Amino acid sequence: MTALTLDEPRRTEPVALRRGYRFEMVKLVSQWRLRVVLLACLLAPAIYTAVVSRQTTLPADAVYGRLMNQSGWAGSLTILVFMGTLALPLLTSVVAGDIFAAEDRLGTWRHLLIAVRSPRRIFWAKTLAALTATLVLLAALALSSVVGGVLSVGAHPLPGLDGHQLSSAALARTIALAWLSVVPPTLAFSAVGLLGSVALGRSPLGLLMPVAVALVLEGVQLLPIPVALRMALPINAFLSYRGLTTEPAQLSALWIGIAVSLAWTALATFLAYRIFTRRDFTNIAFDGNASRFALVGLAPLVALAVVSTGVIAAATGAVGNGVERVKLESALSTSFSHLYVLQTERLGRPVVTEGELHATAACDKGGERVEDAGPGADWRCVVTWTLPGATAEGNAIYQLDVLPDGRFTADGDGPKEVNGFFQVRTPTGDAPNPLWQFDGLVDLLAEAKGQE
Amino acid sequence: MSARAAVHARSLTKIFGDVIALEDVDLDVPAGQIHGLVGPNGAGKTTLLGLLLGLSVADKGTLEILGVPSGDVLSVAHGVAGFVDSPGSYPGLTARQNLTSLASLRGEVRASGDIDDLLDRVGLGEVADDTVRGFSLGMRQRLGLAAALLGKPRLLILDEPANGLDPVGKRQVHQVLTDLADSGATVILSSHRMDDLAALCDEVTLLATGRVVFSGPVSKLEAESGELDYRLVTSDPAEARRIAEEETSLTLVAGRKQAAGDKPALVVRGHEAEIDDLVRRLVGAGAAIRELGPVVPPLEAAFLALTGADDQELTR
Repeated sequence: MTALTLDEPRRTEPVALRRGYRFEMVKLVSQWRLRVVLLACLLAPAIYTAVVSRQTTLPADAVYGRLMNQSGWAGSLTILVFMGTLALPLLTSVVAGDIFAAEDRLGTWRHLLIAVRSPRRIFWAKTLAALTATLVLLAALALSSVVGGVLSVGAHPLPGLDGHQLSSAALARTIALAWLSVVPPTLAFSAVGLLGSVALGRSPLGLLMPVAVALVLEGVQLLPIPVALRMALPINAFLSYRGLTTEPAQLSALWIGIAVSLAWTALATFLAYRIFTRRDFTNIAFDGNASRFALVGLAPLVALAVVSTGVIAAATGAVGNGVERVKLESALSTSFSHLYVLQTERLGRPVVTEGELHATAACDKGGERVEDAGPGADWRCVVTWTLPGATAEGNAIYQLDVLPDGRFTADGDGPKEVNGFFQVRTPTGDAPNPLWQFDGLVDLLAEAKGQE
Repeated sequence: MSARAAVHARSLTKIFGDVIALEDVDLDVPAGQIHGLVGPNGAGKTTLLGLLLGLSVADKGTLEILGVPSGDVLSVAHGVAGFVDSPGSYPGLTARQNLTSLASLRGEVRASGDIDDLLDRVGLGEVADDTVRGFSLGMRQRLGLAAALLGKPRLLILDEPANGLDPVGKRQVHQVLTDLADSGATVILSSHRMDDLAALCDEVTLLATGRVVFSGPVSKLEAESGELDYRLVTSDPAEARRIAEEETSLTLVAGRKQAAGDKPALVVRGHEAEIDDLVRRLVGAGAAIRELGPVVPPLEAAFLALTGADDQELTR
């Protein structure tokens, strides 16, 4: 062994962020749990869409679920519904929620600090690694859902949520944008995961913080809350892609969702950074501080939601829950017009355009004693239209289930020839009746935009 | 070997809330020395090791490591490596991957042969490609030592490196540390095992309740042991007891209850010279000495005496 010499005294330099990032990626990839999750992300959506699209009973509760057997693109959009409710927050729990807590669990903080010599660089290396892993999982989900659906059913056109036909190319573009649109809220929940992981250590609550926050926000979303508050919650950004399927696209909610998500991402990451860099790593018994976390972690996020609500309300002028009779009638008549044209094409009848129908809708909620506003399954609407050259008006009745987030399901109640039966007889055989049951979307911010 | 001190600390004080973990600690460790740090639980060993590794900074006092004054947290001299509490490793990675990823993290380009050599030195060559998940505590200790050796450290700081090691592993680790010290590097290690320290260390520092109660060569520590308890077995226990009671400088100690079949033994407490006198009188009285030895080894006795732990351990 060669003798060592005492070099000139100098300090150890902190490890470069690039190397720290690579080290974190090596550790993440070595986790069997993450490998299993990646495999599940690659296989589960494809298997689900392939299997479910061949079933007679389809997940009609999910947007586009009822159309899964008509086009492969519907499978990806249906998967996207499940993503926003729980799957993506759960994924962020697995990755971001554990990336700091894992060091607590393994007792490796000191080892890491001695090697890296900078808590700040450890934080950013871990954050970037978590971001990378989350985006890879998200991309796997998107790819799998599209491939599974298109391979099993085919890339056929689908109606948008306003009933207008989307070509296969338009659907490909829309679905790509839709999956991209869930990146910002996913980042927001990742940042919440980082915050929980940093603040609560090995505690299961720290690991599951994104899921816990998602469940709470989901609960809030189910209530007929003011539209400004709804838009101020990052969970709503998981739904805003639906506006991409209408013509014109309902982009207000999308942009607000992106802005809100990025604000949550920035604040939660900042809070996590501050807690992490102030941590006393000499205390090996550290296992989080729930009461302090409520003050320095959750309270600022609640404050952000409050401030965002005020800003959105002021900027859009949106008041109430956004579900109003006039907007619902407009959305229903628009969807009906588009789908009537589609039905006409399928039946081989003379071509008619949406404009020629002059369709209108008249809606009532729960009878005379109930105010005609707000979500509920007690909406009843009558759509009226006229055909070119005809003097008589056509009427069709729909029962509407309107959700607080603006989505509605219209269930045809007759006449049978128009919307009372699930199939129509076409020259080539029976085909699904597009007017029987369909999903639509009320633009909750429409009034603020002056569309009414 | 350079005459420059690897560690030079004066009046180091570290306080956690209401607890004074270290108080006015002075420590000098010359380069190339293997220095032991010993003390009962809560004595401040880990806190001191943490200061040396830069995991925290002292609230008072000065600390210079490898010629570099202590600065901010984690800002330490180049060439310092080691671990406190327990070595860190990642269970999903193999032993080799743990080392290569750590070397890569530090920006050290190491040939695979270097990693293999390191793993061989700590006795993990045969399990280099096994995931650490299945490693025993001793194997993790060895891997931690290998990780600490990656950067060819000039000051190696180890907390209980022999923890969980079998005799063969302990010998391997001792050899690695001795080789390192021979090459001019300094090793500071803590241990509860006085025999480990006696076998390895040039000097030891004994801490108790955050203060240094002894610092110097191991041989000098032995001298600090003062009175020792000796177990004495003779051919005539009754006569031996009578003679021992007559020796006013000796104390008869009530030892543990003897099991059936054990040879009847006396435990006497005294200095070495007084025990010599007792032996001479016993032999003169015709009693054969069948067994005589300290109940607690001298180093351990010194530890107990200096830390005050023996007062709690033994009752007269």
